[in-house]
Amino acid sequence: MEQKVEPKAITLSKEDFGSDQMVKWCPGCGDHAILRSVENVFPKVGEQLGYSKEDFVVVSGIGCSSRFPYYMNTYGIHGIHGRPAPLAMGIKLANPKLSVWLISGDGDSMAIGGNHFIHIARRNPDINYLMFNNKIYGLTKGQYSPTTPKGQKTKTSPQGSFEMPFNPGELVIGARGKFFARALDSNPKLMQEVFLAAALHHGASIVEILQNCVIFNNKIHALITNKETKDDNQIVLEAGKPMLFGKEKEKGLKLEGTKLKVVTLGKDGVTLDDILVHDPTTDDAGIHMMLASMAPPEFPAAFGVIRSVESETLEDAVWNSVEHEKATSPIKNMDDLMNSGNTWEIE
Amino acid sequence: MKKDKVVEIEEAVVRFAGDSGDGMQLTGSLFSDSTAFAGNDFATFPDFPSEIRAPQGTVSGVSGFQIHFGHKSIYTTGDLADVLVAMNPASLIANLKWVKNDAILIVNSDEFTDKNLEKAGYLTNPLDDETLSGHLVVQVPLNTLTYEAVKELDLDNKSVMKSKNMFALGIIFYLFNRDYTKTYSFFENKFKKNPLVVEANKKVLQAGYNFAETLEVIKNTFRIEKAELEKGRYRNVTGNQATAWGLMAAAERSGRNLFLGSYPITPATDILQELAKHKQFTCITQQAEDEIAGIVSTIGASYAGSMAVTTTSGPGLSLKSEAIGLAVMTELPMVIVDVQRGGPSTGLPTKSEQSDLMQALYGRNGDAPVIVIAATSATDAFYSAYEAAKLAMEHMTPVILLTDGSIGNGSEVFKIIKTADLPPINPPIAKANDPEYKPYKRNPQTLARQWAIPGTPGLRHRLGGLEKEDITGNVSHDPLNHEKMMQLRQEKVDKVADFIPELKIDGNEGADLLVVGWGSTYGVLMTTVEEMQNEGKSVSMVQFKHIMPLPKNVREVFSKFKKIVVCENNMGQFVNYLRMQLPEFRYEQYNKVQGLPFMVSELKQKFESLLNE
Repeated sequence: MEQKVEPKAITLSKEDFGSDQMVKWCPGCGDHAILRSVENVFPKVGEQLGYSKEDFVVVSGIGCSSRFPYYMNTYGIHGIHGRPAPLAMGIKLANPKLSVWLISGDGDSMAIGGNHFIHIARRNPDINYLMFNNKIYGLTKGQYSPTTPKGQKTKTSPQGSFEMPFNPGELVIGARGKFFARALDSNPKLMQEVFLAAALHHGASIVEILQNCVIFNNKIHALITNKETKDDNQIVLEAGKPMLFGKEKEKGLKLEGTKLKVVTLGKDGVTLDDILVHDPTTDDAGIHMMLASMAPPEFPAAFGVIRSVESETLEDAVWNSVEHEKATSPIKNMDDLMNSGNTWEIE
Repeated sequence: MKKDKVVEIEEAVVRFAGDSGDGMQLTGSLFSDSTAFAGNDFATFPDFPSEIRAPQGTVSGVSGFQIHFGHKSIYTTGDLADVLVAMNPASLIANLKWVKNDAILIVNSDEFTDKNLEKAGYLTNPLDDETLSGHLVVQVPLNTLTYEAVKELDLDNKSVMKSKNMFALGIIFYLFNRDYTKTYSFFENKFKKNPLVVEANKKVLQAGYNFAETLEVIKNTFRIEKAELEKGRYRNVTGNQATAWGLMAAAERSGRNLFLGSYPITPATDILQELAKHKQFTCITQQAEDEIAGIVSTIGASYAGSMAVTTTSGPGLSLKSEAIGLAVMTELPMVIVDVQRGGPSTGLPTKSEQSDLMQALYGRNGDAPVIVIAATSATDAFYSAYEAAKLAMEHMTPVILLTDGSIGNGSEVFKIIKTADLPPINPPIAKANDPEYKPYKRNPQTLARQWAIPGTPGLRHRLGGLEKEDITGNVSHDPLNHEKMMQLRQEKVDKVADFIPELKIDGNEGADLLVVGWGSTYGVLMTTVEEMQNEGKSVSMVQFKHIMPLPKNVREVFSKFKKIVVCENNMGQFVNYLRMQLPEFRYEQYNKVQGLPFMVSELKQKFESLLNE
């Protein structure tokens, strides 16, 4: 039994979700753009999936990004550090008719909440998980995070970080997650497309947003976002389309042996037929993993929906079981239960 | 030889002891079922190691199950056993200190080999020397007789040996004049897929019974009259089962779905397992990836409108501390069940203790008051769990329910009630589009805020761990607001005293000694005090079930007594709490921290010495 919301004619606008609370992120922080994109996407999500404005719940952990629920006019709950995933899962399991959005950062999700992150990917509740990755701890003012590149100097790595970072997409896919997408705080159009795709995907939709912390890690994504280099360092993937990038879409990704390779159309006899066509829906995680792993300078970083595979959600499995037991169990209430099995009468 | 002589007795204590793999817990629970059918009142005490299968034949691998049953109300699991079943030398050496001087010892003589004697630490065979003098020793070649009983069946060695516990059970059934055929249906259910095993168990059980009948050494059998229980329908429950049922009853009465987020931990896991069975009541159970996820998913479900529960034991409660603070701040209802075990750290996972009291009361950052109540017995766990859920929802606060290993694993006779007779539960759910709704506006009687459930039109609001502004619930760092909110959170919990029963004195006001206990010690304290009262001693008692807040009349009660002794299975946590809350009284204390319940004899000794001071 599908637990999808009954379609109802719903008209919503961005104004339905704007909060009267003062937004207290630093000027120039990438979070502002993400907030605007979410406000723009919620009306579309509600209209397309039949959620009224009261059906949205925004959940977060701790960190700069996690102040997000206070800045949206929805139901919302700001949890404790690292634990937004179980918080969101409890809400969704208790009421599958809600549209649950989880906002978290790289410290919240990759460090203290790493355990919950992999388990939510595995369990696949229908939750939209937006992870802001600025590769630094912002709210505690500049310590390295599990996504900080090895060698980067921060307040707690004055000689440069000694640790290998996580790639969130690899974790999602490694944990047998069914949806992974990547967006960029400086590209609102892409963010909105990706957020909508996440909402439309029935399952745990995990989105990494490369986000810039102007104060403690400014320009950390510069190689990807700079005007001069971005065309060569970004590839926006689209389902059913060849994986092309570059200023003139002259470059592409080709599978050579078991590895991806950047090729140029027309060079060394490369034609469009040689270029991989993106299929986010295949359950085979091989190419998706390679795409999620790509990073400049050797490869462009992949954006858009990298993986989107339909699979039964946790709440559907649980609630189907509830319906089944309700229909078949001879024990209908507590009185039945107490009187079942071995009992005896004292006269 | 058929024995005609049946001796009528008031009560008895039987202890089954064997290797971890000998099936002693099952044997004990089957005997409990039969005791229930016989109409006796009873209480049981499983006593097993934390290893699943410790080295065979060693003392560390001994698993025991004690049952105390009788014609009168049974409040304890019994100090010393009248009958001990010892399946090998290790179980004999480990349990001899828990039997009466003239006990009946039923020993599996086949296992008293040189090798096993050595493993158990016996230098000589106790069956051949004076070690067991005074006892009635019944030597039974259990392995041989079990083989004999099933030799016609085509059964492998391992399966045969697995059924030898039923031979022992047959002997005990004979000793207490029980109908062994009542146990057949259990075999038929349990081994549905293996008719041969059903047949074997039946044969072995019957063989044990018949064998006992022919034994000359057993001169008579025993009979215990039906207990004088109130009229009605009864069943057997364990404390963990009763806890789960109390929670489900509260969900049914409140009209909320039950959500449990929990991580397996001894001795609390049974509650998760029991609730997981009852999806037909829309009972959603989530086995979390860790203790923290267990409670945090519970907070999420509570926010979404479920009657939310998490279950754990001491180490898990430690991990949940921060999240309990979030539940306090967001003022969301939930029940946190702590089935206490021996601590600190991993401690004694399968043994019982009352040492999480301070953790329950204060184990959080900031001043984070919650309601704390403690179940007083396995059957009371049903009512305590129900009350915990009722208080949580009606007062919009987390409630910590303390039970412990002895309650959780112990079983008792439970009088079946009608769910409709339980007190109603009315959570303060906010109405759609209520123009007056404010997230932190409070009911003046309870100071509870309203429960505004996501999906409800017109009530959108944000909660979180940051300090809330009074009434609006907006984030606030205002110093005076913070202080006001701290006071409100405490006052809300304090006000619960208006909604809980007063403390009841068992015995005379003004007796020379007031015995004070809390939680699971009720039965043994009650038995001791009643015995002493019957001997004419001036002793009364009170048992605390409500710890935070305390009942309103505590001061009044305490002031009636000259001497107060607080008894508990920890180093003195409740007594120190009382010293803090009611410093005007002087408290004696009696503590036992061995992972074992108090014994009537030791309590009596302590109370008598206090009376004689």
